[in-house]
Amino acid sequence: MRTVTVVGASLAGLQSVTQLRAQGYDGRIVVLGAEAHRPYDRPPLSKGFLEGSASTADLALSDPADEAGLDAQWLLGIQAARLDAATGTITLSDGTEIATDGVVIATGGSPRTLPGSEELDGVYTLRTIEDAVNLRAELTGGASSVVVVGAGWIGAEVASTCRSLGLRVTVVEAADAPLAGALGKEMAAVCTALHDDHGVTLRCGVGVERFSRRRHGDRDRVTGVVLADGTTLPADVVVVGVGMRPTTGWLAGSGIDVDDGVVCDSGCVTRVPSVVAVGDVARYRSAAGHLVRHEHWTNASEQPATAIRNLLAGSTIEDYRPSGYVWSEQYGVRLQFTGHTGHAEEVEVIDGSPDDRKFVAVYRRGGNPVGVLAMNNAKLFARTRRQLTSALVS
Amino acid sequence: MIPACALEDLPPGESVRIQADVPIAVFNADGELYAIDDTCSHQDASLADGWLEGCFVECPLHAALFDLRTGMPSCLPAKKPVRTHTVLVYDDHIYVDTRARELVDAPAGGHDDAVPSESVA
Repeated sequence: MRTVTVVGASLAGLQSVTQLRAQGYDGRIVVLGAEAHRPYDRPPLSKGFLEGSASTADLALSDPADEAGLDAQWLLGIQAARLDAATGTITLSDGTEIATDGVVIATGGSPRTLPGSEELDGVYTLRTIEDAVNLRAELTGGASSVVVVGAGWIGAEVASTCRSLGLRVTVVEAADAPLAGALGKEMAAVCTALHDDHGVTLRCGVGVERFSRRRHGDRDRVTGVVLADGTTLPADVVVVGVGMRPTTGWLAGSGIDVDDGVVCDSGCVTRVPSVVAVGDVARYRSAAGHLVRHEHWTNASEQPATAIRNLLAGSTIEDYRPSGYVWSEQYGVRLQFTGHTGHAEEVEVIDGSPDDRKFVAVYRRGGNPVGVLAMNNAKLFARTRRQLTSALVS
Repeated sequence: MIPACALEDLPPGESVRIQADVPIAVFNADGELYAIDDTCSHQDASLADGWLEGCFVECPLHAALFDLRTGMPSCLPAKKPVRTHTVLVYDDHIYVDTRARELVDAPAGGHDDAVPSESVA
C-alpha cells in the first residue's frame, strides 16, 4: 500500500494514523476532516468545556510534535463526497480526487434532531466545539431556564452542567426508564435519581410534541417545549440529546454496504478488504454474531488497532473485542461501567450503597460476571474490572 | 520533606495519597517506592486510585498509563507528564522530597525533561 486515506479527523481517525505508523506502515497518509479543527476530545464538551473550566487548548488530542512524528497530510475543513472502492478513488466536496490504496472510514456521525427545530434559534445539539461554544454563550448570556430533551449520557451531563451554571433545568425523556438499555432498569434508576438529588426535574415516558416559539427580528426563537400530554415547559434554551446518525451518505454507490453505519466483519473490514471502518460509524460483527455499533470514546480509541492490523494484512487476521468501558461525570458523581448488561439476570451491589451514591455493582448471567458498574469508587472499579475481564463475554 | 506513612503501611501493590501543596501519590511497586503528582494530567482523577502494573499506574478514569519513574504518559487521553518526586525512607518511615518538583519546574523547557525520582526500598 502506498497511500492510505483516513476519512475523519477525530479520535478514531487520529488513532488510526497513530496505529498505521506504530504498525510499521511507512507510505503516504492523507487525513480528511470535515471540521476545521485538529483532532480534539469531545467528552469535555458536555462537561468542563461547557461549564467553562476547560479551554479549547485543553481539548487538543495531539500537539505539533506528535503530528510531525505521524507524517500525515491533513486536509481539514473539507468533506469526502464520494468513494469508489473498486478504483480506490475518493472525491472531495470541492471536486478534488484522491487516488488511494487503503481507506479508513472514521466519519463518526451527526446528532439526531427533532422536527421543527430547523430555523429555530435557541435549540441546540452537541457534538462539535462550535456547538459547545454557541450553547455556552446562551447558557451564560442571561438564560434562566433550560429544557434538555433526552436523558441519556449526554443529556444527563448537559443537565448537570446547566445546573452548576445556576440554571433551572427540566429533562424530558420519551422512554419510561432512561439508560435502562445501557445499565439495566435497576441501576439506571439509581443514576437517573441523581437529577432529583440536584433539583432537576425529570419527566419520563412523554414525548415532545413541538416547540413553542416567538418572532424575534426576522427569526423564530424557542420559548418552550410542548409535550405529548399537552404540558408546556417554558425554556430560554433547549438542548436535544437524542442520539446520533452515522455519517455514511458519502458512501452511496461506493460498493460498501451501509446499514445504520458501515457494515463490517468481525475485524472491522468491509466487503472490500482495503476499506475498514472505525469509531461511531463502524457496525461490525460481534463475538455473539450480531452487527453492533458503539458510540463512545473507548471504542473509538481501541478499534483502530484491530482495523489497521487487518487493513495492512489485506484480510481479517484479528477480531475486534471491545472492552466496553464507558464513563460519565454528572452532578459531581463519577460513573464507570464496563462489560455488558444485556440479558444480565442479576445485579449485585458488592460494595457501598446506591443510597450513598457510592457503590460498585456486578452484573451476572448464568452465575458469571458480565459487567461492572461503579459510582464514585474508581479504585474498586479498576480492581473488579480486572478480576472480571477474563470472564467477560462480548 | 513530607512524611507519607510507615513503611509497613504501604505493602507492594498499594498506594497512598498525601497532601503537599498539591496532592502526591506514593506507590509501592513490587518493593520500589515512587512518588508522583496525584492528579492525572488529563483530567481530575486521583492516580493513587489507579491500577498498578509493574512500574506503571493506570489512571482510574480513562486508563492512560503513567511511568512512575519518569511521569510520562504512554497513551491517550493523557498527553502531559505528571511530576515525579524523590522518595526517602528513614527509620522505617516514608518521606517525599517535594524539592524534586522545583528542580523539574526550573528549566524553561517545562516538564518534558522530568527527572526520574530516586527510589529507596
